[in-house]
Amino acid sequence: MTAIELIGVSKIYRRFSGRQFSTLKSALLKRSILRDLRPSETFPALKDVSFVVPEGSTFGVVGRNGSGKSTALKLVAGITKPTAGIVRVRGRVSALIELGAGFHPEISGRENVFINGIMLGLTKAEIQARFDEIVDFAELREFIDAPVKTYSSGMYMRLGFAVAIHVDPDVLLVDEVLAVGDEAFTHKCLDKFAEFRRRGKTILLVTHSLPVVERFCDDAVWLDEGSVRAQGDPRRVVDAYLTAVEKSEEQQFATATARAVEAAAGPAAAQAAENETASTDNGQPADMFQAVEGRWGSREVEISEVALTGADGRPSFVFRSGDPMSIRLRIHAAQPTDDFVFGVGLFNTAGVCCYGTNTYVEEMTPARLEGDAEVTFAIEALDLVEGTYKLDVAVHKRDGAPYDYHRLLYTFRVNSRTHDVGIYRPRHKWAFSENVKFTHS
Amino acid sequence: MFANLAQLIRYRGLIQSLVARELKARYRGSVLGFFWSLINPLLLLAIYSFVFTKIMPNRVEGVQPYALFMFCGILPWNWFSASLTESAGSLISGGNLIKKVLFPAEVLPIVSVLANMVHFFFGLPILIMFLIVYRHPPDAWDLVWFPVAVSVELVFTLALALVVSALTVHFRDIRDILANLLMFWFFATPIIYPWFQPGLERYRTLFNVNPFTHLAVSYQEILFFNGPIGHWKWLLGLGAGSIVLFLGGYWIFDRLRDSFAEAV
Repeated sequence: MTAIELIGVSKIYRRFSGRQFSTLKSALLKRSILRDLRPSETFPALKDVSFVVPEGSTFGVVGRNGSGKSTALKLVAGITKPTAGIVRVRGRVSALIELGAGFHPEISGRENVFINGIMLGLTKAEIQARFDEIVDFAELREFIDAPVKTYSSGMYMRLGFAVAIHVDPDVLLVDEVLAVGDEAFTHKCLDKFAEFRRRGKTILLVTHSLPVVERFCDDAVWLDEGSVRAQGDPRRVVDAYLTAVEKSEEQQFATATARAVEAAAGPAAAQAAENETASTDNGQPADMFQAVEGRWGSREVEISEVALTGADGRPSFVFRSGDPMSIRLRIHAAQPTDDFVFGVGLFNTAGVCCYGTNTYVEEMTPARLEGDAEVTFAIEALDLVEGTYKLDVAVHKRDGAPYDYHRLLYTFRVNSRTHDVGIYRPRHKWAFSENVKFTHS
Repeated sequence: MFANLAQLIRYRGLIQSLVARELKARYRGSVLGFFWSLINPLLLLAIYSFVFTKIMPNRVEGVQPYALFMFCGILPWNWFSASLTESAGSLISGGNLIKKVLFPAEVLPIVSVLANMVHFFFGLPILIMFLIVYRHPPDAWDLVWFPVAVSVELVFTLALALVVSALTVHFRDIRDILANLLMFWFFATPIIYPWFQPGLERYRTLFNVNPFTHLAVSYQEILFFNGPIGHWKWLLGLGAGSIVLFLGGYWIFDRLRDSFAEAV
C-alpha cells in the first residue's frame, strides 16, 4: 500500500510583475491590472519528480539548499498545488514545517494549543483529550498560561512541535525540525519518530543530517535543482550525494585557491609583503603564527606551482579523513644553490598549526638544486578530523631567509563520516570485555 | 468554487476560535480589557452629543436627540469600514499561515469581518439603553427586521472584504486608497445627516446608488424612528444584490487563491 505517490510532478513558482510590490495606482495608470495579476517570471522548483513512499516506511529527502526539498514537502502537505503531475496522499497528514506558525503572541500557550490544533485538523474534544500529553511533551507545564510572546524561541518551537506531533497523523512530514531544541529535546523527537515507525505510520523526512537519513530511513531520494538524481537505498543515495557535494566543494576550493594565489602575486600583495619585509630583518612577518595570507621572499628559488593530489594521483581539494594526500611543488631555481630548505605547514581555520616540518629539522643536508625540480610531500594517511585546512609551503635558506614563502594560500577540505572533535585523529580501535554490548545498526 | 465554499463549513470551528482569539488578543494586556468595547461607543456618543448640541447644534425636525440618530448609523458603519480595513491587510499579516499551514485563505478576511461584527454587537446594548431613556423603546415589529439588516450587511461586507483582501496581496497601496475611499464614502452616506434633510433632494439619486445608504437608513428606521419600516424593499433588494456580489467576490478570490502563497 502506498502512502505518498508523486507522479511526474513539476512545480513552477511564479513571480509577479518583477518589482517587489506593484501598486494599484501604477497598474491603473499603465492599464496593466490584468497583466500585473499574471505572473511575469517563472522559476522551476521541481522538474518531473516521481517517487513512491510505501505505507509505514520512513523516507528521506536529501539535497542542497534550494534543490526543491521543501517544495516537495509542501506539495505533499497540500499547501501548494503542483503545476503538472499528480500528488496522492492517503490518510491524515501533519506537517512539521514551520513550527508554531499559527501562534498568536498575545494569547496564552493554552489557547494557542487549541487554535493550532484546530488548524492542524483536530477537533476541540480531541485536543482536550491530548492536552496534558502535549504540555508534558513540550515541558511547559508551568508556563502554559503565560502569553506566547513571553516564551523563548526554544519554548515556542517545543510547543509547536508538541502540537503537531500529537495530531496523530497517518503521514508525518518533517522539515529540518531536528535542528531546533537542545540535545535532550532532539533525542525526544527522534524517540517519537521511532514510536511512529513502530506504529506503522509513514514519515517523510527532509533533512541535512545525513546520519539520521542513514540510520532511520528505509528509502531516500536525492533532489538536485528540482530533479531526482538518485533514489533507493539510503546509504547509496547519501554516498552519491556526498560525492557530488565533494565535487562542488572541490570547485569552490579551486576557485578560492586560485584567487588567493592571484591576490598574493598582485601588486598590492607585493606592497604588503614589502612592508612585512621591512618589519623584520629576515623578511618574515613578525609573528609566524599569526594567520596572514601572503607570499614573500627573494624568489631566487621559486615555487611555481602547488598541487594537492589524492590516492589516484589527480589534483584534488577534498579528501576523506584517513586517505593519502600528496603535496607536490614545482620548483624553479634561477641559480644553482646549495643552501635550501623545503617546508610545509598545515593550519586549521582557527589558525592553529596542526603540523609543520621542513627538510632542515628532519636533518637533510642540502647539496645541490638547479633548474626545474619537483618536490613531493606524501602523507600516507591524512588523520585529521573533519574541517577546512590551509597550507603553508616554503623554500628558504638554512638561516631562515625566504626564497619563496606561500602562507595560507592553499585551502583543502577533510570530510569524515565520524563527527569526532579536536584536530588529530589517532589511529584507534575500541576494545571491550564481553559484558559490554552495543547494538549495531 | 462551490466545493471550496462548502469546505468552509468544515472550517467553522477554526473560524470560531480565530474570532475568539482576535477578540481576546485585542484586549489582552489592557487594564480595562473587554470594557473598552463598551467605553469606546460611550465616549463617541458623549463627544457627538456635545458637538451637535453645544458647538454646531442641529435642529432638523424629528431627529432629536441628534447624537443618538447619528449613532444608529455610525455603529454599523464602523463595523463595515473596520472590516474592510482589517481584511485588506489580513492575508499579508497572515502570510505565515498561508505559506506554512494547510489553510483556506478566505478564513482570514472572514475572521476580520466576523470579529468586527461581534464588536458591533457589543456596542448595541449602550445604544438601546440610551434610546430607551432619551427616546422610546424600539418597536418589537421593527426589531424583526434588525437581523435582516445585519445579515444583509454581513454578506455585503464579506463580498467586499474578499475582493479587497485578494487584491491587496498584489497591489499593496489598496490599503491607503481604501482609507481615503472609506472616508469619502462615509460622508456620502446619510449617516451624520438625515436623508430627508431639506435641500438634499437633488442628491437623492446619488443616495440611492450608494448601497450603504440603504443599510444606514434601515438601521435608522428600525432603531430610531417610530412606526413601520418604510425602507424594507430597498433592504431586500440590497440583500439580493449582496449575494450576487458575494459570489462574484468569492469567484475573484478563488481565481487568485493560488497566487497568494507566492505573492504574499
